[in-house]
Amino acid sequence: MSDQKKGKKGDILLEMKDIVIDGYSDDRWHEIVKGVDITLRRGEVMGLIGESGAGKSTLGLAAMGFARPGCRLTSGSIMFDGIDLMKASAEERRALRGSRIAYVAQSAAASFNPAHQLIEQTVESTVRKGIKPEEEAKSDARKLYRDLQLPNPDHIGDRYPHQVSGGQLQRVMTAMAMSPRPDLIIFDEPTTALDVTTQVEVLASMRRIVEQYNTAAIYITHDLAVVAQMADVIKVLRYGETIEDADTRSMLSDPKKEYTKSLWSVRSIEKPEDKSEDVILKVDHVDASYTGSAKVLDDVTIEVPRGDTVAIVGESGSGKSTTARAITGLLPPSKGQVLFNGKPLPPTLKERSVDQLQKIQMIYQMADTAMNPRHTVRDIIGRPLEFYLGLRGRERDQRLLELVEMIELNEDFIDRLPAELSGGQKQRICIARALAADPELIICDEVTSALDQIVQKGILELLLRLQKELGLTYIFITHDIATVKAISDQIVVMLEGRVVEQGMKSEILAPPYPDYTKLLLSSVPEMDPDWLTGLLAERAREGSATA
Amino acid sequence: MHPVIRTILQRLGLGLVTLFVVSLILFSSIEFLPGDFGEAVLGQAALPETVEAFRKELGLHLPMHERYFDWLGGILTGDMGNSFSGRGSSGGQDRSRPVIELLAPRLANTLFLASMAAIISVPLALFLGITAALYRNTIYDRTVNALTLTTISFPEFFVAYLLILGLSSFTKIFPSLANIDPDAVFWERVYLTALPALTLTLVIVAHMMRMTRAAIINLMASPYIEMADLKGASKSEIILRHALPNAWAPIVTVIAFNLAYLVVGVVVVEVVFVYPGVGQLMVDAVTTRDVPVVQGCAMIFAATYILLNLFADIISIITNPRLLHPR
Repeated sequence: MSDQKKGKKGDILLEMKDIVIDGYSDDRWHEIVKGVDITLRRGEVMGLIGESGAGKSTLGLAAMGFARPGCRLTSGSIMFDGIDLMKASAEERRALRGSRIAYVAQSAAASFNPAHQLIEQTVESTVRKGIKPEEEAKSDARKLYRDLQLPNPDHIGDRYPHQVSGGQLQRVMTAMAMSPRPDLIIFDEPTTALDVTTQVEVLASMRRIVEQYNTAAIYITHDLAVVAQMADVIKVLRYGETIEDADTRSMLSDPKKEYTKSLWSVRSIEKPEDKSEDVILKVDHVDASYTGSAKVLDDVTIEVPRGDTVAIVGESGSGKSTTARAITGLLPPSKGQVLFNGKPLPPTLKERSVDQLQKIQMIYQMADTAMNPRHTVRDIIGRPLEFYLGLRGRERDQRLLELVEMIELNEDFIDRLPAELSGGQKQRICIARALAADPELIICDEVTSALDQIVQKGILELLLRLQKELGLTYIFITHDIATVKAISDQIVVMLEGRVVEQGMKSEILAPPYPDYTKLLLSSVPEMDPDWLTGLLAERAREGSATA
Repeated sequence: MHPVIRTILQRLGLGLVTLFVVSLILFSSIEFLPGDFGEAVLGQAALPETVEAFRKELGLHLPMHERYFDWLGGILTGDMGNSFSGRGSSGGQDRSRPVIELLAPRLANTLFLASMAAIISVPLALFLGITAALYRNTIYDRTVNALTLTTISFPEFFVAYLLILGLSSFTKIFPSLANIDPDAVFWERVYLTALPALTLTLVIVAHMMRMTRAAIINLMASPYIEMADLKGASKSEIILRHALPNAWAPIVTVIAFNLAYLVVGVVVVEVVFVYPGVGQLMVDAVTTRDVPVVQGCAMIFAATYILLNLFADIISIITNPRLLHPR
């Protein structure tokens, strides 16, 4: 029966024509998707790619006949296997969701109901819609868990969402989408929240299962290298319009539009390596732990040369940010010390002098939450000018203007609130706030992770220019190897609170690698549709060779 | 030990400490009240020697801490002391009764009324709250909100008299007086307490209903609710299966608060319906300065609050899978 329902591979499954979707903000409706067409065949995977605000997710949800609160499907036609979703009633559309069309969300941790066991959620729609009886659906779910290479597949379903890791949850969610054996799955940035090493495993298992059951999929992401591994065809979106459509190989080898090329723009920054002998900061055999828990930092020693950029890389939980907290005095080390300009810094923030505080500044990942939403740019940048430098009145305003111009904005921005700035502009204001203190060392904690590629590029170029002009030293915490390649002189690789490797960029990024560095570097997706296949084959070969 | 059991034991211990602190505050604050039981009973014209003899008989001449520990020790063994009233002040027969004996039937009445009101109001509030969330911003939702707000906005005695007017004076469905006697059988009690229970229901249902509605609606913006929607769950499935299990903690807190109110705050309703509950007993005891009875009532009220809040805490813990199923 299911073979009949599934139809033949190559038949058109979904056809969306001239889709217009409005979003409500500032008391009126704006077009957020402006006439996009999508044609998807059975068993085909389409990549939807673009920056935030391009309308990718909205379009993906529209394929399910769904609009988020505050959005409306204004015009166009959505034909799903002969059913007109624009004309179908809410109940008819609901009947398709969770049976013939399924969805995999970005944040698995937030998208699972905390109150129910994973297997209950996996089989929920399958059982409720009468596709399979409960016991059959559950044993099928366990089989899917096994197919997706989840650990302990027979029992992991009995656990609650908070009891398993993010990467595992994302795979359980894929199993949940696959459980009713849908014709179409919408993957909405399913690996964006994961570490690169986890991302590879999740990508591989998602690709395998989509192929195995011949399911069509729309894969939404902002990362072209990731989508290249998954998709047969790619559609590039910007501001709700199609920029370019092509099959994956020709898109990568020969992108037609400037905008498509710019999507991997961070990868085009090159920084000549610099080696300074003058050590500005030394983290000297530091241990640290949060109250009552195990060591988060274990004998960490890092030397930071003056005027250079040291990138600290590693997965989440590797101790990157904790190292920053130990340096700034937010988390006093339980052992060891931090030397600044050759002199030990007091362990806690309170014991440090204003002068010591002034010399080390920090920029955070989420510019949004790092600024008081009720303060204007003038307050935000003016505060360190008064506090550290004692500038007042005209002097202060003069310096304020200089700083704003230094970060390539102008005086129009001085009286704006953070909400009136774009993501990239907010991060620039945070950079200006750090510069206002006239520091020697700036710690950048994932400062570009929340930004789009083009904006990332602008921020990184700004940081490089400021470094050259002002002789700043950076500690750059990131999990993105492309950023590391673009900006660093030295690299520190961390794993489980320890420094695995430390050295010049050219040394770390060239073989021979220690095992972990190799795993980390090889997990970064490349702009090559065969990269994942090749990587998995290579890992399988090595696995069998060592076994 | 399972962390949930440990947490519950901790809360229980904390509750006992709170009760102890309450007893201390209670005892000392009554101590510092102006006026004196002896003078109040014997009148201002009484001779100082008479008053002194009277105080001695009641044990009031002993130092405060001795009386406190005596009283506390009594409570721990189930003896709350004897009422001041009914004592033979000058050689007459001692007809004073133990506080427990006075309190027990009154407490039984109060708990009976509170249970009746709770049995009607809690399911009603949950039903109204859930359906209001389900049909959010419809006429139904607005009507339910407006009606419950209206009943909570009137003073209790006003609601009570309206009910008497409607259901007793005009239609003669229920009696207007709820002066039940100790021998009344169960159904007779239910019949007699119907109006006070209904009054209390109208007074407390709004608070619980609105919290239920708010707690559910608060969760409706969660990603897992959108996920349930995208899995094709129906509106009622979304609310009952996906939102409600995560909304219990705030709802139960408000329910416990209102149930406590049913026990300790119903004196006005008791007076209107001439219902022999603890509230009336306490008010009477305050006017006659019958300190042991006041203290006994107050301790019961405190224990009610603490127990019900403990109960709410426990429900919050066991409906939170992060606590119930630690990693």
